[in-house]
Parts: sequence; structure tokens; C-alpha cells
Amino acid sequence: MSTVLTPPDEAIDAEVARAVETGRTLDARGLAFQGALLLALLAALAVLVWLLYSVVDGAIPVFQDRSVGDFLSGKLSGSPSRFGVSQGIRGSIGILVFVGIIAFPLGVAAAVYLEEYATDNLFSRTVNVLVRNLAGVPAVVYGLLGLFVFKGLLGDLTGGSSLMSAGLTMAILVLPVVVITAAEAIRAVPQPLREAGYGLGATQWEVIRTQVLPYAAPGILTGTVLSFARALGEAAPLLIIGTATGLLTSSGGSVLDQLQGNYTALPMLVYVATKRPAEEWLSLASASALVLLVVLLVANSAAILARNHFEKRRS
Amino acid sequence: MTTTDRAPEVTLADLAGDRRRRATERRMRWVFLVAASSAIVITVAIIATVVVEAGRFLADVELSSLFADGWFPREGKFGLPTIFVGTLWITAIAICVAGPIGLASAVYLSEYARPGVRRVLKPALEILAGIPSVIVGFFTLNFISPELVQRIFTSAERGSLLAAGVGVGVLIIPLVASISEDALSSVPDSLREASTGLGARKVTTTLRVVVPAALSGIVAAFIVAVSRAIGETLVVTLAGGAAGGAAFEADPARAGLTMTAAMANLASGSDQVTGVGNAVQSLYLVGFLLFLMTFGLNLIADRFVRRFRQEY
Repeated sequence: MSTVLTPPDEAIDAEVARAVETGRTLDARGLAFQGALLLALLAALAVLVWLLYSVVDGAIPVFQDRSVGDFLSGKLSGSPSRFGVSQGIRGSIGILVFVGIIAFPLGVAAAVYLEEYATDNLFSRTVNVLVRNLAGVPAVVYGLLGLFVFKGLLGDLTGGSSLMSAGLTMAILVLPVVVITAAEAIRAVPQPLREAGYGLGATQWEVIRTQVLPYAAPGILTGTVLSFARALGEAAPLLIIGTATGLLTSSGGSVLDQLQGNYTALPMLVYVATKRPAEEWLSLASASALVLLVVLLVANSAAILARNHFEKRRS
Repeated sequence: MTTTDRAPEVTLADLAGDRRRRATERRMRWVFLVAASSAIVITVAIIATVVVEAGRFLADVELSSLFADGWFPREGKFGLPTIFVGTLWITAIAICVAGPIGLASAVYLSEYARPGVRRVLKPALEILAGIPSVIVGFFTLNFISPELVQRIFTSAERGSLLAAGVGVGVLIIPLVASISEDALSSVPDSLREASTGLGARKVTTTLRVVVPAALSGIVAAFIVAVSRAIGETLVVTLAGGAAGGAAFEADPARAGLTMTAAMANLASGSDQVTGVGNAVQSLYLVGFLLFLMTFGLNLIADRFVRRFRQEY
């Protein structure tokens, strides 16, 4: 099936005729068109610059009035002078641990199956379609899944609105992203590499373990970081599952206690501070947003460094 | 040359290889298969959750309350038209913002930008794509709304559907741009060359040859963008202006509630829900509708993308 592309003969003929007739080669309309396109792109980037400037500019008062360390080590609080992000950083790291332990291995394994083992049958086609569609399911809907399954059905194990519920939900949320990017990376592995492995007598799993995965590692890593960034910045499912918003007493105790305990995360701190009407919270929201952006920047830079390292080893 | 009188004793078992290796092989195959099935399990779990719980809610509630003239779950008014219209406004405004800007950016990057320029501008768009939506929501409420939207539309409230729609639009510009650009740059160069060979100007080639050829990919980009705008939560919760409930409101310059914002408000106050016992259950009904809409749109977009891939 193909769309019929009728060559715009008359339009082109008219253009050529006009150019011949007037002898003008300057295409004013073309230049205007190109200018308009560039303007649109620059408008989008101007918004980005405006956003980054506003966040930094808004955060400065906080860091001037209080030291940076004071804000970073401060806790969730109803009082603007004591509000800080330490618990948010801890919560976000905790969520990332869940993503790393669950979504990363599961996603890569699913991608290996889809790319290396699956034949074109109903099962693999279904999984392919579902993965792509799951990636487009709104984050709030994942929140409902977490609310019902992790907070409701498994509430005794997870402790309800806990770090564990949030981490598990977020791991499920980013799983499709990991699968899609890992599958792309694995698809890009040259076929001769596999054939050489089989030729030497390796089994399929041995080829995957020693040839395919190491070669695909940089690409898989990039995808993992994308998913980590998504998990770091996403607040919608946390909003549904519930987090601490007013006061959060740091729970000591065993690791399990902490996993089952109440929590907050960096994007939730931005949300909480933005929701408060008083003027002084505006700068606290900016400062929290800035911390979140810096964490994302660090994660991305680390990924680029790691990818370069792997790529160097590959060649 | 002497013939060997003894054939080497090779049995089938020797050729099959080490038994332990074969066992590992089978085991790993299963491990990968199970991992791949997780996509099915998750999809089934999501559908089961929203369908079962939405059903329980519908069994409890009077159907007339679903068409009340407002969304006040704590008073037992679950006016679906209210939040549906909110979502519609947000989506329409967001597409009006992101559609032209995103598409124009894509055309520029794919057809006009020199490689050096492209290397700078494309990652910049990707940075915009990576800004968490909660930060865009904060930015929309505190900056886009007072300094842009309220200056152009003086009647607009600080937190309004209009402002939130513009914020969502900013959020999905990179999405429209990147999918459209993929579609545009996979149009074969032979089409461009043929058009140029006939004497067409660059602008004619772009508008009458390249863009039509990439149309199914561009349509897919817009459908994905609509789906994303429908499901966007943080920007509309923060900048939409409504807290808790909202009366039916057809004017986008006023505060309003979308499906996602209604869910977020309901859940974040769920500990204090009093009065009507099933208020929180309504989350699942809204979630079910949201899931249906986005899943349907994504399936359609998928078809467009596949059609496009088949052509080139």
C-alpha cells in the first residue's frame, strides 16, 4: 500500500516560469518560511531558558538567607525557615534503588527475549504491542495500580503509603521504557558477532552473555538512565499513593521499617511547596526544583561518562 | 593414503553437547520468557484494577450523580461532563501551542538546519523534554500564567485551564518535535532530489513533497501528543486552579478541573474524606475512562507509525 504522491507539477512549473520571467533568483518567500520555522524552534528554547533562569533566580534567596547545607539537610516542615530537602533526596534515592533492582533486570531480560528468542508468534506480537502501549499509559493510572495492589492488597507487607509501595509502583511505571530502549540497543548488535559465537560452539545464552549484552551495554545504559530520570521526576503516582506532606519524622529502625515507613520524594517537595500560597514558599519551591534539576543533571552526566567508558571498551 | 578401518565412535549424545550447558540454556530461556510476560501481567493487573473497582463504584452510586453539574466528590456529585470538558480544553489548548511550534521545529531541524546547528539545537530540545512535569507545573503557575497568559488574556485567572493548557503545551513540544522529525528525516532523499530536479524551490519541496510524504508519521506524533496531554497530571493540578471540586465551567479563562487533576486532588486528600463513603472509589472510574482514552489513542498512533515504516 502506498500513498500516491502526485508531483506538484503545476506549482513547480509556475515557479520556474516566474523565475525565468523576472530573472530573480532570490526566494523571499522561502527565506520567510525558513525564518518562521527557526523562530518557532527558538521560541521553544526561549521558554526553556526562561524556566531555568526563573528556577535559579527564585532559589537564590533561600541559599543566601540560609546556607546551602542548611537547606539540603533540612526536613519536611510546615515552617518555611526550617523546610529542607534531605528526606526528599533520601526518598528519591530509595525509589531509584527499587527501579534499579526490579525494572532494570526485568526490562533487559524482557528485551533479550523479544530480540533474541522470540519468533514472530502471537505471544511476542502481543508483548510488543503491550509494551509500547504501557509506555503511553498515564502515570496517574499506574498510581491507581499502586494504590489498589501495593497499598490495598499487599498493605500488610508494604506498610501502605510507604517507600516500598512507591518504589514498586515506579519500577512498574518505567519498565516499558527500559524494555523499549534495551530492545533497540540489542537490535543494533551486528549479526556476525552472534554468528561468530555460534561458530565457536557457544550456546544461545552464552552468546547473549558474552557477546550481545556487552556490545549493547552502552545503549542499554542510556535507556536505564532515561528511566531513572523519569522515576526521579515523576510525581503523579506518588500523589495517588500518598506521601507525607506536613511533617515527616525520620524513622530509625531496621531497613524493613524504613521501607514500610512514610516517605517523601524530591518532586513531591516541589509540589508541596508550590501548593502553599504564602510568598516565601515560592523561593522554597524554586530551590527544591533546582535541587531536583541538579540531581537529574548529575545522573545524566554520570550516564554519559559510563557510556563513553563502555564504548571505549567495545572498540 | 590409507583408509581408516575404524569409524570414530560418535554418538548422538556427544553431538548434543554438555548436558549441564543444555540445562542452563533451557533455564535461561524460561527466565527471559517469564520476564517478557511481565508486560502482559502488568496490563492485565491495570485493567483488572480499574475495571473491578470502577464497577464497584458504579454499583454503589446513583447514575444521575455522574451527570451532576459539578465535580464535588465529598458531596456525592461526580459530574463527569465537568472534568471531561476540562480535559478537552487542556488538550485543545496544548495542541494549539505544541502543534505548530513542535512541527515547525521538526521541519527546521530535518530540512533546513546545518549539521552543526542541529547538533546544538536538538539536544537543547531534549533537555526541555527532560524537565519533570512538576517543575513545568510550578513554572506555569508562577511565571507563564502571570507574565504571559494573563497579559494576553486579561480576564484569565492566575490558576486557569488556559494557563494549564499552555503549560501542558510547553511540556509536549519536544514530543511533537521528535516524533515528527523522525518521520521527516526518514523520507527518502530521492523524493527531495526529484522535486528539486523539476525546479522546485526548497519551500515547495518541503511543503508539497516532504511533509505530505511524512504525513502518517506526523499524524502519529499529534495523536501521541493528545494522549500525553490527556494524561498529564502535575501541570493541570498545580496550574488548573481548582482545589477539591469545581462547578461546570465552559470558560477556559477560569479555574477548572481535568480528569487527572480530579484524581490527584481526591487522592491527596483521601485521608480526610468524610461524608460519602465511596468518594475515593470514583478515582477508579475516572482512571478507567482515562486508560480507555489513552490506550485507544496509542493503538491508533501505533498503526500510523507502522504504516509509515512499511512505506519507507
